Amino acid sequence: MTAPLLSVRGLRKEFPVRLGAFGDRAATVHALDDLSLDIVEGETLSLVGESGCGKSTTGYCLLNIQRPSAGSVVYKGTDIARLDDEAMRPFRRDLQIVFQDPYSTLNPRMTIGEALSEPILFHGLAPKAALPERLRQLLADVGLSERFASRYPHELSGGQRQRVAIARALACQPRFIVCDEAISALDVSVQAQILNLLLDLQQKYRLTYLFIAHDLAVVRHISDRVGVMYLGRLAELAPAEALFARPLHPYTRALLSAVPTTDRRTATTRQRLQGEVPSPLAPPSGCRFHTRCPQARDICRTAVPALREVAPGHATACHAVTSPTATNWEETPA
Amino acid sequence: MTALLDINGLTIDIDRDSGPARVVDGIDLSILEGESLGIVGESGCGKSLTMLSLVGLLPNRIRATGGTAHFAGRELLRLSPAELRKIRGAQIGFIFQDPMTSLNPVMRIGDQIAEALIYQTGLDKPAAMAKAGDLLELVGIPSPRERLMAYPHELSGGMRQRVMIAIGLAGSPRLLIADEPTTALDVTIQAQIVDLVRDLKDRLGMSVVWITHDLALIAGLADRIAVLYAGTVVEDAPVDLIFERPTHPYTRGLLASLPTLTDRPMSRLPSIGGTPPEPGRRPAGCPFAPRCTLAVAACQTEVPRLRPVAGSDPRHRAACFVTAKEGAAA
Repeated sequence: MTAPLLSVRGLRKEFPVRLGAFGDRAATVHALDDLSLDIVEGETLSLVGESGCGKSTTGYCLLNIQRPSAGSVVYKGTDIARLDDEAMRPFRRDLQIVFQDPYSTLNPRMTIGEALSEPILFHGLAPKAALPERLRQLLADVGLSERFASRYPHELSGGQRQRVAIARALACQPRFIVCDEAISALDVSVQAQILNLLLDLQQKYRLTYLFIAHDLAVVRHISDRVGVMYLGRLAELAPAEALFARPLHPYTRALLSAVPTTDRRTATTRQRLQGEVPSPLAPPSGCRFHTRCPQARDICRTAVPALREVAPGHATACHAVTSPTATNWEETPA
Repeated sequence: MTALLDINGLTIDIDRDSGPARVVDGIDLSILEGESLGIVGESGCGKSLTMLSLVGLLPNRIRATGGTAHFAGRELLRLSPAELRKIRGAQIGFIFQDPMTSLNPVMRIGDQIAEALIYQTGLDKPAAMAKAGDLLELVGIPSPRERLMAYPHELSGGMRQRVMIAIGLAGSPRLLIADEPTTALDVTIQAQIVDLVRDLKDRLGMSVVWITHDLALIAGLADRIAVLYAGTVVEDAPVDLIFERPTHPYTRGLLASLPTLTDRPMSRLPSIGGTPPEPGRRPAGCPFAPRCTLAVAACQTEVPRLRPVAGSDPRHRAACFVTAKEGAAA
């Protein structure tokens, strides 16, 4: 493997909130707790998990859109997590994001051409004279004709808008794009078009993606590696193939088992996860999954399991799992 | 088995300043007693409007303009608002997509369920509250009697959807219409809700209509699937046949464009080019013809009707000039 493009260590994010009818009780949302991972150039790393697991927060903290409470994000030898807006600006060019909702991310009063020109002119990436040619190329990259440059967002369908949002991210010639649920709001047939587009662009421009999604079938389709998050922590991080063939963490197994499938035979033999995700205001002690885990033992209630590599490239944070084969699955919980 | 609901040639128009625009164009659908029917389609295909029109809940400026809908011997589209009100909830229950906006935020959930019970069954308040507690227990809410006093914001999304289901069941309906009830929920909670409704259907002997855009989700819970495209039913078949022998080119395209847990990663997904027609700009012939790779001359001028697929189960029907004849051989 090549050197990491982004190196994340001990990333933590807490949001102070006010509770009670008059905001008289202070509390802290523990959104992200001690996350460490490397993102390798050219790969697609996906983060999956249920709402509130911290997958989007990870994306925002990586780009310093939300400032992490602790930890570091090293890009090109600089810890960008500590930079203020001014110092961050040169890095923004390289690190872009595409959001979920293509309806609210485009300025309704700007034509598509204006929206795409803005980042190019801001970062001084092309002289004004070269703009029309650059716009034509950007639109072609995302499969739109140059006629779209003079249109307004309301004239476009959801899929077309998401193409524009991708073109806008591409306008800065970035190296890294966070796709935050970028295809979740789209219809099935359009989803496939956008997924294909993302795969094509990755090859063409050697892009690195952090793909945040909840649709596991989509994630399996486009990822090199997958991180499974639960309540702000990484439960498992593994090559996509290994994770889907042999999930090791009890939460990953439950999550995969909950995915609806068009294969009717497996549809009826699913393992069900009881209960719901506990509140991130007061996350459980020890392993955060122990309240729902069918395998939980005493140690899980007290000690936080470290993310350990149990096979090459396959790391999991579970006391019960020591190697891909030696697990305590079949035993009854203590 | 007899048809509990029989929809024939239903058309729905949007009143626009420029004149009416057709969104549902001649839908034929029937649901048997005790059957679970999945209605699948993309946004704007008319799947929700079709069901809303049955109980008089269409939004302003959208009207059912033709066709019939017989439910248990009555013609729903001709009923007065007062008569429809008696059918809603008591005969036909609804579960909507977003439990946050469907529940009254300033009313305790016990009162919201009791309100439906008092209206539909004439129970007095204490009896209705007791029944509401039973319903919460039925839908699997922990400590149901205490939860009666909770406000919606005190419940999680999954719990709110369970409350919505309890309200939908309050009148012991014969038909429960679930309009994308799990779209806003996480996958593990979605699995719980799907299991719950499937279990309730068997215990209570209702018919259930599932409206969804998620083909994989519907595979595990419907007996039969109707695929909608641009306001028409393009394929209608028992669930296994939809997945094993999809016949209409749109159904085939949808299934092919779906990444699954078993396909080859990083491959290009076969996608359907183009977008569905806008309301009011429907093509003259088959609505799918402009995006269809198999279209022939007849598809441009004539609208195909649902007809039995050659060589398949008699209940397997598709609206396609090309593929319905050749059968599901491809």
